[in-house]
Amino acid sequence: MANASPDTELLKTPLHDLHVTRGARMMSFAGYAMPVQYPAGIITEHKHTRNAAGLFDVSHMGQAILRGADVAASFEKLVPGDIAGLATGQMRYTLLLNETGGIRDDLMATRIEENGALALFLVVNGACRDADFAHIASSLDGEATLEILADRALLALQGPGAEDVLAELAPDCSDLVFLEGRDMEVDGVSAFVTRSGYTGEDGYEISLPAAAAAAFAEKLLAHDAVEPIGLGARDSLRLEAGLCLYGHDIDEVTTPVEAGLSWTVGKRRRETADFPGAAIILKQIAGGPSRRRVGLLPEGRAPVREGAPIQNAAGDGLGMVTSGGFAPGLERPIAMGYVAADHAEAGTSVTIELRGRSVAAEVAAMPFVKPNYKRS
Amino acid sequence: MADRKYTEDHEWVEVDGETGVIGISDYAQEQLGDVVFVELPDVGKVLDQRDEAAVIESVKAAAEVYTPVSGEVIEVNEELNNDPSLVNSDAHGEGWFAKLQLTDPTELDALMDEATYKTFVESLS
Repeated sequence: MANASPDTELLKTPLHDLHVTRGARMMSFAGYAMPVQYPAGIITEHKHTRNAAGLFDVSHMGQAILRGADVAASFEKLVPGDIAGLATGQMRYTLLLNETGGIRDDLMATRIEENGALALFLVVNGACRDADFAHIASSLDGEATLEILADRALLALQGPGAEDVLAELAPDCSDLVFLEGRDMEVDGVSAFVTRSGYTGEDGYEISLPAAAAAAFAEKLLAHDAVEPIGLGARDSLRLEAGLCLYGHDIDEVTTPVEAGLSWTVGKRRRETADFPGAAIILKQIAGGPSRRRVGLLPEGRAPVREGAPIQNAAGDGLGMVTSGGFAPGLERPIAMGYVAADHAEAGTSVTIELRGRSVAAEVAAMPFVKPNYKRS
Repeated sequence: MADRKYTEDHEWVEVDGETGVIGISDYAQEQLGDVVFVELPDVGKVLDQRDEAAVIESVKAAAEVYTPVSGEVIEVNEELNNDPSLVNSDAHGEGWFAKLQLTDPTELDALMDEATYKTFVESLS
């Protein structure tokens, strides 16, 4: 039951002192010391986010602005999404792909306008940040330039109470619907606010200068509805919402089709077939992939974890669990993983290996918990 | 008063004659966070000191519990099947895991007493 303390070389987010003061247990994540949980604990934090509003420090994520003469067309060379079709202020979930159709990272791109010129505001995973930015900058050298926003914090305010809380400091936030974003004043500070998140709840992500982040976070936390939430509950919330965690549920050797993310391949892009790995991906869309990401409901109370083998009734290997844990909202274990395509239908019975024995499980539709986005 | 001894891995054993009840310390449950499942050993199982006696699942991860002493499992805490959070709310009491018939009580001599363990935990923070 050893528990390593974070080593001293870890980077600190602008909210580091706030986390420590509030009694967070810190862990190493993407090179940063990050709060895994506060004294309330993961289950309480998870439920609080579903019922009121949770504040997450996600400053470890990479933020950048991509600019260029035809920035959307340039960026489309790297991703399968319809970026040119985004209206200003519209945000899209998309994927950086490799040449074999594998996923280098997943990211959010928002089309913004700066002095009449179009640009893209990008948010990428912390663990992939340096590789992503190097890849984007070098691939688009000569046609687009990437400004890495190293001195900005990123906070997420998530849950049904998020709008009421944020509107007290940024009334304009109520104008946004799910997957929209723009610059606005937040408590007198210029910030970039999107209505998005990683919990399955309504909520916002707020990008603001690092120097202003702690004071802003304290203001939010002073509100009765708001509690600080760690990465532990962030993981259980996103798993209930059926959202992929990069490096676990998707990676360089999984394609969007296998991952159930074919919807990220824009209609126009399917016709132009001009994104990395297009031949492989389009072939899989047409003919079906050999394996698929599915939800899993293990019987009983014991969670199954990443890496657990999945088998059919005869004991033949079907695939592996890629994320698994306990769902506080359902009070039962849930998981996601990959299985052979002929076992991917909801309701299919499989078994999952757990500490040398077999646990019965059922393939289940995702999300496990209905999302609560504000779409209009 | 029964005698409680601790390991550096934060397990405890409370000895009463030739039997011992095992569990994890309050420090350990706090480190683990919300316990959602405990896999208990079968009654009748014979464990050597340091063998895996149970597995604790928190929301995030699984952790093994090693027995501080050798012995045969003569009883397990069935209540944990209904309410695994007892490990969090009462690690030193109702959150016990198993009762063992001790086979080598001299093993206890090398374990930490309450005061030594307390100093040990303070040295960790």
